[in-house]
Amino acid sequence: MEKKISVCSGMVLDEDTCLNLARLCRICNVSADLISDMIDEGLIVPKGDTPESWYFGAVEVRRVQTAIRLQQDLRINIPGAALVLDLLEEIEELRRRLP
Amino acid sequence: MEFKDYYKILGIAKDASQDEIKRAYRRLARKYHPDISKEPDAEQKFKDIGEANEVLSDPEKRAAYDKFGSNWQHGQEFDPPPDWDAGFEFSGGGYTGSTAHSDFFEELFGRTHFSRGGGATFRMQGEDQHAKVLITLADAYHGARKTITLQRPVVDSGGHVRTKPHTLHVTIPKGIIEGQRIRLEGQGMPGYGGGPGGDLFLEIAFAEDPIFRADKRDIHLTLPVTPWEAALGASITVPTLGGKVQLSIPPNSQTGKKLRLKGRGLCTATQQGDQYVTLKVVIPQPETEEQRRLYREMAKSMPFNPRSHMGV
Repeated sequence: MEKKISVCSGMVLDEDTCLNLARLCRICNVSADLISDMIDEGLIVPKGDTPESWYFGAVEVRRVQTAIRLQQDLRINIPGAALVLDLLEEIEELRRRLP
Repeated sequence: MEFKDYYKILGIAKDASQDEIKRAYRRLARKYHPDISKEPDAEQKFKDIGEANEVLSDPEKRAAYDKFGSNWQHGQEFDPPPDWDAGFEFSGGGYTGSTAHSDFFEELFGRTHFSRGGGATFRMQGEDQHAKVLITLADAYHGARKTITLQRPVVDSGGHVRTKPHTLHVTIPKGIIEGQRIRLEGQGMPGYGGGPGGDLFLEIAFAEDPIFRADKRDIHLTLPVTPWEAALGASITVPTLGGKVQLSIPPNSQTGKKLRLKGRGLCTATQQGDQYVTLKVVIPQPETEEQRRLYREMAKSMPFNPRSHMGV
Protein backbone atom coordinates (compact mmCIF):
# COMPACT_ATOMS: atom_id res chain seq x y z
CA MET A 1 0.00 0.00 0.00
CA GLU A 2 1.38 3.36 -1.00
CA LYS A 3 2.09 5.75 1.85
CA LYS A 4 3.03 9.37 1.65
CA ILE A 5 5.13 10.66 4.49
CA SER A 6 5.80 14.26 5.27
CA VAL A 7 6.84 16.10 8.38
CA CYS A 8 4.90 19.22 9.13
CA SER A 9 4.34 21.73 11.84
CA GLY A 10 1.37 24.00 11.66
CA MET A 11 -0.06 27.09 13.19
CA VAL A 12 -1.34 26.61 16.73
CA LEU A 13 -4.71 28.17 17.40
CA ASP A 14 -4.23 29.25 21.02
CA GLU A 15 -4.53 32.26 23.31
CA ASP A 16 -1.97 34.15 21.22
CA THR A 17 -3.87 33.72 17.97
CA CYS A 18 -4.59 37.12 16.49
CA LEU A 19 -6.06 37.25 12.99
CA ASN A 20 -7.30 40.15 10.94
CA LEU A 21 -10.51 39.87 8.94
CA ALA A 22 -8.78 38.68 5.76
CA ARG A 23 -6.91 35.91 7.59
CA LEU A 24 -10.07 34.77 9.40
CA CYS A 25 -11.94 34.60 6.08
CA ARG A 26 -9.09 32.69 4.51
CA ILE A 27 -8.82 30.13 7.32
CA CYS A 28 -12.57 29.57 7.58
CA ASN A 29 -13.08 29.76 3.82
CA VAL A 30 -15.89 32.30 4.08
CA SER A 31 -16.67 35.79 2.78
CA ALA A 32 -16.18 38.95 4.79
CA ASP A 33 -19.92 39.58 4.41
CA LEU A 34 -20.74 36.37 6.25
CA ILE A 35 -18.32 37.30 9.05
CA SER A 36 -19.96 40.69 9.24
CA ASP A 37 -23.41 39.03 9.56
CA MET A 38 -22.05 36.79 12.32
CA ILE A 39 -20.71 39.81 14.17
CA ASP A 40 -24.09 41.58 13.82
CA GLU A 41 -25.79 38.55 15.38
CA GLY A 42 -23.22 38.40 18.18
CA LEU A 43 -22.07 34.96 17.08
CA ILE A 44 -18.51 36.26 17.30
CA VAL A 45 -17.16 39.39 18.91
CA PRO A 46 -14.07 40.96 17.33
CA LYS A 47 -11.58 43.05 19.22
CA GLY A 48 -11.16 46.49 17.71
CA ASP A 49 -13.67 49.07 16.50
CA THR A 50 -13.62 49.21 12.71
CA PRO A 51 -13.36 46.32 10.23
CA GLU A 52 -9.83 47.50 9.41
CA SER A 53 -8.76 47.16 13.03
CA TRP A 54 -10.77 44.05 13.86
CA TYR A 55 -8.89 41.05 15.06
CA PHE A 56 -10.02 37.58 16.05
CA GLY A 57 -8.76 34.74 18.26
CA ALA A 58 -8.89 30.93 18.22
CA VAL A 59 -12.35 30.94 19.80
CA GLU A 60 -13.74 32.93 16.88
CA VAL A 61 -12.20 30.53 14.34
CA ARG A 62 -13.87 27.60 16.06
CA ARG A 63 -17.24 29.35 16.38
CA VAL A 64 -17.28 30.40 12.72
CA GLN A 65 -16.34 26.91 11.53
CA THR A 66 -18.93 25.21 13.73
CA ALA A 67 -21.62 27.70 12.68
CA ILE A 68 -20.92 26.91 9.03
CA ARG A 69 -21.18 23.18 9.61
CA LEU A 70 -24.45 23.64 11.52
CA GLN A 71 -25.75 25.76 8.66
CA GLN A 72 -24.78 23.24 5.99
CA ASP A 73 -25.73 20.04 7.78
CA LEU A 74 -28.74 21.05 9.86
CA ARG A 75 -29.99 24.15 8.01
CA ILE A 76 -29.54 26.30 11.14
CA ASN A 77 -29.34 30.02 10.43
CA ILE A 78 -26.85 32.40 12.05
CA PRO A 79 -28.96 33.45 15.07
CA GLY A 80 -29.82 29.78 15.66
CA ALA A 81 -26.17 28.77 15.37
CA ALA A 82 -25.21 31.53 17.84
CA LEU A 83 -27.71 30.11 20.33
CA VAL A 84 -26.48 26.52 19.78
CA LEU A 85 -22.86 27.61 20.29
CA ASP A 86 -23.68 29.44 23.52
CA LEU A 87 -25.59 26.44 24.87
CA LEU A 88 -22.83 24.04 23.85
CA GLU A 89 -20.29 26.18 25.70
CA GLU A 90 -22.48 26.21 28.77
CA ILE A 91 -22.83 22.40 28.67
CA GLU A 92 -19.06 22.11 28.27
CA GLU A 93 -18.52 24.34 31.30
CA LEU A 94 -21.01 22.34 33.40
CA ARG A 95 -19.35 19.07 32.33
CA ARG A 96 -15.99 20.42 33.44
CA ARG A 97 -17.39 21.11 36.88
CA LEU A 98 -18.59 17.54 37.33
CA PRO A 99 -16.26 15.53 39.54
CA MET B 1 -18.77 -5.91 2.70
CA GLU B 2 -21.78 -5.62 4.99
CA PHE B 3 -25.31 -4.93 3.91
CA LYS B 4 -26.60 -1.63 5.29
CA ASP B 5 -30.26 -1.44 6.22
CA TYR B 6 -30.96 2.22 5.57
CA TYR B 7 -34.48 1.92 6.97
CA LYS B 8 -33.13 0.53 10.23
CA ILE B 9 -30.49 3.27 10.38
CA LEU B 10 -33.21 5.93 10.17
CA GLY B 11 -35.52 3.91 12.46
CA ILE B 12 -38.42 3.87 9.99
CA ALA B 13 -40.64 1.26 8.37
CA LYS B 14 -39.96 0.01 4.86
CA ASP B 15 -43.17 1.68 3.64
CA ALA B 16 -42.36 5.06 5.23
CA SER B 17 -43.49 8.08 3.22
CA GLN B 18 -40.96 10.58 1.85
CA ASP B 19 -42.08 13.02 4.57
CA GLU B 20 -41.44 10.46 7.28
CA ILE B 21 -37.96 9.84 5.89
CA LYS B 22 -37.23 13.56 5.87
CA ARG B 23 -38.42 13.99 9.46
CA ALA B 24 -36.52 10.96 10.73
CA TYR B 25 -33.35 12.14 9.01
CA ARG B 26 -33.57 15.67 10.38
CA ARG B 27 -34.24 14.49 13.91
CA LEU B 28 -31.31 12.06 13.87
CA ALA B 29 -29.01 14.53 12.10
CA ARG B 30 -29.52 16.98 14.95
CA LYS B 31 -29.00 14.26 17.54
CA TYR B 32 -25.79 12.87 16.07
CA HIS B 33 -24.21 15.97 14.57
CA PRO B 34 -20.52 15.69 15.54
CA ASP B 35 -20.47 19.29 16.76
CA ILE B 36 -23.36 18.61 19.12
CA SER B 37 -23.27 14.98 20.18
CA LYS B 38 -20.81 13.74 22.79
CA GLU B 39 -21.27 10.10 21.79
CA PRO B 40 -17.95 8.60 20.74
CA ASP B 41 -19.29 7.21 17.47
CA ALA B 42 -21.40 10.26 16.58
CA GLU B 43 -19.40 11.00 13.46
CA GLN B 44 -19.91 7.52 12.03
CA LYS B 45 -23.60 7.58 12.92
CA PHE B 46 -23.99 10.98 11.31
CA LYS B 47 -22.37 9.68 8.12
CA ASP B 48 -24.59 6.59 8.13
CA ILE B 49 -27.81 8.56 8.51
CA GLY B 50 -26.64 11.02 5.83
CA GLU B 51 -26.01 8.14 3.48
CA ALA B 52 -29.35 6.48 4.36
CA ASN B 53 -31.10 9.77 3.67
CA GLU B 54 -29.26 10.25 0.42
CA VAL B 55 -30.56 6.93 -0.86
CA LEU B 56 -34.06 6.90 0.61
CA SER B 57 -34.92 10.54 -0.09
CA ASP B 58 -34.18 10.05 -3.78
CA PRO B 59 -37.09 8.06 -5.32
CA GLU B 60 -34.86 6.55 -8.03
CA LYS B 61 -32.20 5.34 -5.61
CA ARG B 62 -34.82 4.19 -3.13
CA ALA B 63 -36.57 2.09 -5.77
CA ALA B 64 -33.28 0.49 -6.75
CA TYR B 65 -32.38 -0.16 -3.13
CA ASP B 66 -35.82 -1.60 -2.37
CA LYS B 67 -35.53 -3.98 -5.30
CA PHE B 68 -33.28 -6.31 -3.36
CA GLY B 69 -33.10 -4.71 0.09
CA SER B 70 -36.02 -6.72 1.50
CA ASN B 71 -34.06 -9.97 1.45
CA TRP B 72 -31.09 -8.72 3.40
CA GLN B 73 -30.38 -8.23 7.09
CA HIS B 74 -28.43 -5.28 8.46
CA GLY B 75 -24.75 -6.20 8.82
CA GLN B 76 -25.06 -9.39 6.75
CA GLU B 77 -22.21 -10.15 4.34
CA PHE B 78 -23.23 -8.72 1.04
CA ASP B 79 -22.25 -8.93 -2.61
CA PRO B 80 -24.52 -7.22 -5.08
CA PRO B 81 -25.89 -9.43 -7.85
CA PRO B 82 -24.35 -8.63 -11.23
CA ASP B 83 -26.20 -5.96 -13.22
CA TRP B 84 -28.57 -5.44 -10.31
CA ASP B 85 -29.02 -1.78 -11.16
CA ALA B 86 -29.76 -2.21 -14.85
CA GLY B 87 -32.53 0.11 -15.86
CA PHE B 88 -31.87 2.74 -13.22
CA GLU B 89 -30.24 6.05 -13.91
CA PHE B 90 -28.63 8.06 -11.17
CA SER B 91 -28.13 11.75 -11.37
CA GLY B 92 -25.76 13.51 -8.99
CA GLY B 93 -27.20 13.66 -5.50
CA GLY B 94 -27.19 16.73 -3.27
CA TYR B 95 -25.09 15.37 -0.46
CA THR B 96 -23.59 18.33 1.27
CA GLY B 97 -19.87 18.50 1.14
CA SER B 98 -18.47 15.13 2.00
CA THR B 99 -17.24 12.80 -0.69
CA ALA B 100 -16.87 9.83 1.60
CA HIS B 101 -19.44 7.07 1.26
CA SER B 102 -19.40 3.56 2.66
CA ASP B 103 -18.11 0.73 0.47
CA PHE B 104 -21.66 -0.59 0.48
CA PHE B 105 -22.98 2.66 -0.99
CA GLU B 106 -20.27 2.81 -3.61
CA GLU B 107 -20.82 -0.78 -4.67
CA LEU B 108 -24.47 0.04 -5.25
CA PHE B 109 -24.46 3.52 -6.64
CA GLY B 110 -20.98 3.83 -8.01
CA ARG B 111 -18.04 5.87 -6.84
CA THR B 112 -18.02 9.60 -7.07
CA HIS B 113 -16.66 10.77 -10.39
CA PHE B 114 -14.70 13.96 -10.68
CA SER B 115 -14.47 14.15 -14.45
CA ARG B 116 -17.42 16.45 -14.78
CA GLY B 117 -18.73 16.97 -18.33
CA GLY B 118 -19.03 20.17 -20.31
CA GLY B 119 -15.39 20.65 -21.16
CA ALA B 120 -14.97 23.48 -18.66
CA THR B 121 -12.00 23.13 -16.32
CA PHE B 122 -13.25 22.31 -12.86
CA ARG B 123 -10.86 23.65 -10.27
CA MET B 124 -11.68 23.75 -6.60
CA GLN B 125 -9.95 23.88 -3.25
CA GLY B 126 -10.11 20.64 -1.25
CA GLU B 127 -12.22 20.40 1.87
CA ASP B 128 -10.86 21.09 5.32
CA GLN B 129 -10.38 18.00 7.39
CA HIS B 130 -10.72 17.71 11.16
CA ALA B 131 -9.16 15.09 13.39
CA LYS B 132 -8.39 14.52 17.07
CA VAL B 133 -4.94 13.64 18.36
CA LEU B 134 -4.55 12.00 21.75
CA ILE B 135 -1.31 13.03 23.47
CA THR B 136 0.13 12.54 26.94
CA LEU B 137 0.61 15.40 29.39
CA ALA B 138 4.36 14.87 29.03
CA ASP B 139 4.03 15.43 25.26
CA ALA B 140 2.17 18.67 25.92
CA TYR B 141 4.71 19.83 28.48
CA HIS B 142 7.84 19.10 26.48
CA GLY B 143 6.50 19.22 22.93
CA ALA B 144 6.60 16.12 20.75
CA ARG B 145 6.39 14.68 17.30
CA LYS B 146 3.38 12.50 16.61
CA THR B 147 2.64 10.20 13.73
CA ILE B 148 -0.97 10.20 12.66
CA THR B 149 -2.72 8.26 9.95
CA LEU B 150 -5.82 9.57 8.25
CA GLN B 151 -8.02 7.87 5.70
CA ARG B 152 -8.06 10.07 2.65
CA PRO B 153 -9.92 9.71 -0.62
CA VAL B 154 -7.78 9.75 -3.73
CA VAL B 155 -8.94 9.76 -7.33
CA ASP B 156 -7.44 6.92 -9.35
CA SER B 157 -6.67 6.90 -13.06
CA GLY B 158 -10.21 5.75 -13.87
CA GLY B 159 -11.71 8.74 -12.06
CA HIS B 160 -12.89 6.61 -9.12
CA VAL B 161 -12.51 7.71 -5.54
CA ARG B 162 -10.82 5.30 -3.16
CA THR B 163 -9.55 5.81 0.37
CA LYS B 164 -5.90 5.43 1.14
CA PRO B 165 -4.07 5.85 4.42
CA HIS B 166 -2.13 9.08 4.60
CA THR B 167 0.55 9.28 7.25
CA LEU B 168 1.75 12.57 8.67
CA HIS B 169 4.46 13.39 11.16
CA VAL B 170 3.27 16.40 13.08
CA THR B 171 5.20 18.60 15.46
CA ILE B 172 3.26 19.16 18.68
CA PRO B 173 4.55 22.42 20.13
CA LYS B 174 5.48 22.72 23.79
CA GLY B 175 2.70 24.02 26.01
CA ILE B 176 -0.29 23.08 23.87
CA ILE B 177 -3.43 22.45 25.90
CA GLU B 178 -6.53 20.33 25.54
CA GLY B 179 -9.01 21.60 22.99
CA GLN B 180 -6.51 23.74 21.14
CA ARG B 181 -6.00 23.04 17.48
CA ILE B 182 -3.12 22.92 15.07
CA ARG B 183 -3.87 24.09 11.56
CA LEU B 184 -1.82 22.41 8.85
CA GLU B 185 -2.29 24.43 5.72
CA GLY B 186 -2.92 22.41 2.57
CA GLN B 187 -2.86 19.07 4.44
CA GLY B 188 -6.63 18.53 4.27
CA MET B 189 -8.49 16.92 1.39
CA PRO B 190 -6.76 17.26 -1.95
CA GLY B 191 -8.10 19.90 -4.32
CA TYR B 192 -9.92 19.12 -7.55
CA GLY B 193 -8.58 19.92 -11.00
CA GLY B 194 -5.29 21.23 -9.70
CA GLY B 195 -6.91 23.31 -6.95
CA PRO B 196 -5.08 23.67 -3.62
CA GLY B 197 -5.65 21.18 -0.82
CA GLY B 198 -7.87 22.06 2.12
CA ASP B 199 -6.46 22.54 5.61
CA LEU B 200 -6.13 19.90 8.28
CA PHE B 201 -7.21 20.90 11.79
CA LEU B 202 -5.88 18.67 14.56
CA GLU B 203 -7.61 19.03 17.89
CA ILE B 204 -5.58 18.11 20.95
CA ALA B 205 -7.01 15.71 23.53
CA PHE B 206 -5.13 14.52 26.62
CA ALA B 207 -4.83 10.87 27.58
CA GLU B 208 -5.77 10.09 31.18
CA ASP B 209 -2.73 10.42 33.46
CA PRO B 210 -2.34 8.36 36.66
CA ILE B 211 -0.80 11.26 38.62
CA PHE B 212 -1.54 14.61 37.04
CA ARG B 213 -4.76 16.26 35.90
CA ALA B 214 -4.79 19.27 33.59
CA ASP B 215 -7.24 22.15 33.79
CA LYS B 216 -6.38 24.43 30.90
CA ARG B 217 -2.77 25.45 31.59
CA ASP B 218 -2.74 24.38 35.23
CA ILE B 219 -1.72 20.96 36.43
CA HIS B 220 -3.34 19.48 39.54
CA LEU B 221 -1.90 16.82 41.76
CA THR B 222 -3.02 15.25 45.04
CA LEU B 223 -0.05 14.73 47.33
CA PRO B 224 -0.27 12.23 50.20
CA VAL B 225 1.57 13.45 53.33
CA THR B 226 2.15 11.96 56.79
CA PRO B 227 0.51 13.47 59.89
CA TRP B 228 3.89 14.71 61.19
CA GLU B 229 4.80 16.33 57.85
CA ALA B 230 1.45 18.12 57.89
CA ALA B 231 1.68 19.07 61.56
CA LEU B 232 5.30 20.13 61.78
CA GLY B 233 5.94 21.30 58.25
CA ALA B 234 8.42 19.65 55.90
CA SER B 235 10.28 19.91 52.65
CA ILE B 236 8.87 17.23 50.36
CA THR B 237 9.90 16.00 46.92
CA VAL B 238 7.00 16.45 44.49
CA PRO B 239 6.75 15.18 40.92
CA THR B 240 6.03 17.74 38.20
CA LEU B 241 5.85 17.25 34.46
CA GLY B 242 9.29 18.83 34.24
CA GLY B 243 10.86 16.59 36.92
CA LYS B 244 11.09 16.45 40.70
CA VAL B 245 11.02 19.65 42.75
CA GLN B 246 11.19 20.41 46.49
CA LEU B 247 8.02 21.79 48.01
CA SER B 248 7.93 23.19 51.49
CA ILE B 249 4.82 22.32 53.46
CA PRO B 250 3.99 24.88 56.15
CA PRO B 251 3.30 23.64 59.71
CA ASN B 252 -0.37 23.00 60.66
CA SER B 253 -1.39 21.97 57.15
CA GLN B 254 -4.58 19.96 56.75
CA THR B 255 -5.99 17.70 54.07
CA GLY B 256 -7.28 19.85 51.21
CA LYS B 257 -4.65 22.57 51.61
CA LYS B 258 -3.62 23.79 48.20
CA LEU B 259 -0.08 24.90 47.38
CA ARG B 260 1.04 26.46 44.13
CA LEU B 261 4.20 25.74 42.17
CA LYS B 262 4.44 28.76 39.94
CA GLY B 263 5.25 28.17 36.28
CA ARG B 264 5.22 24.37 36.65
CA GLY B 265 2.13 23.92 34.47
CA LEU B 266 1.82 23.94 30.68
CA CYS B 267 3.77 26.96 29.49
CA THR B 268 4.57 28.50 26.13
CA ALA B 269 6.87 31.40 25.43
CA THR B 270 4.05 33.79 26.31
CA GLN B 271 1.61 31.82 28.46
CA GLN B 272 2.18 30.37 31.90
CA GLY B 273 0.52 27.59 33.81
CA ASP B 274 1.07 26.55 37.43
CA GLN B 275 0.99 23.27 39.29
CA TYR B 276 -1.41 23.04 42.20
CA VAL B 277 -0.61 20.51 44.89
CA THR B 278 -3.50 19.47 47.15
CA LEU B 279 -2.41 17.81 50.37
CA LYS B 280 -4.01 14.64 51.64
CA VAL B 281 -3.00 13.54 55.12
CA VAL B 282 -2.68 9.78 55.28
CA ILE B 283 -2.37 8.07 58.64
CA PRO B 284 -0.10 5.06 59.15
CA GLN B 285 -1.84 1.93 60.40
CA PRO B 286 -0.44 0.80 63.74
CA GLU B 287 0.78 -2.75 63.41
CA THR B 288 2.74 -3.37 66.59
CA GLU B 289 1.88 -2.87 70.26
CA GLU B 290 4.54 -0.14 70.37
CA GLN B 291 2.83 1.73 67.55
CA ARG B 292 -0.62 1.41 69.14
CA ARG B 293 0.90 2.77 72.38
CA LEU B 294 2.15 5.82 70.49
CA TYR B 295 -1.37 6.57 69.24
CA ARG B 296 -2.78 6.18 72.77
CA GLU B 297 -0.09 8.49 74.10
CA MET B 298 -0.97 11.07 71.46
CA ALA B 299 -4.64 10.85 72.43
CA LYS B 300 -3.68 11.49 76.04
CA SER B 301 -1.29 14.37 75.52
CA MET B 302 -3.06 16.02 72.56
CA PRO B 303 -6.79 16.10 73.38
CA PHE B 304 -8.55 17.00 70.12
CA ASN B 305 -12.16 17.00 68.97
CA PRO B 306 -12.39 17.39 65.17
CA ARG B 307 -16.22 17.41 65.48
CA SER B 308 -16.57 20.32 67.88
CA HIS B 309 -18.16 22.51 65.14
CA MET B 310 -20.95 19.92 64.92
CA GLY B 311 -21.76 20.43 68.57
CA VAL B 312 -20.91 16.84 69.49
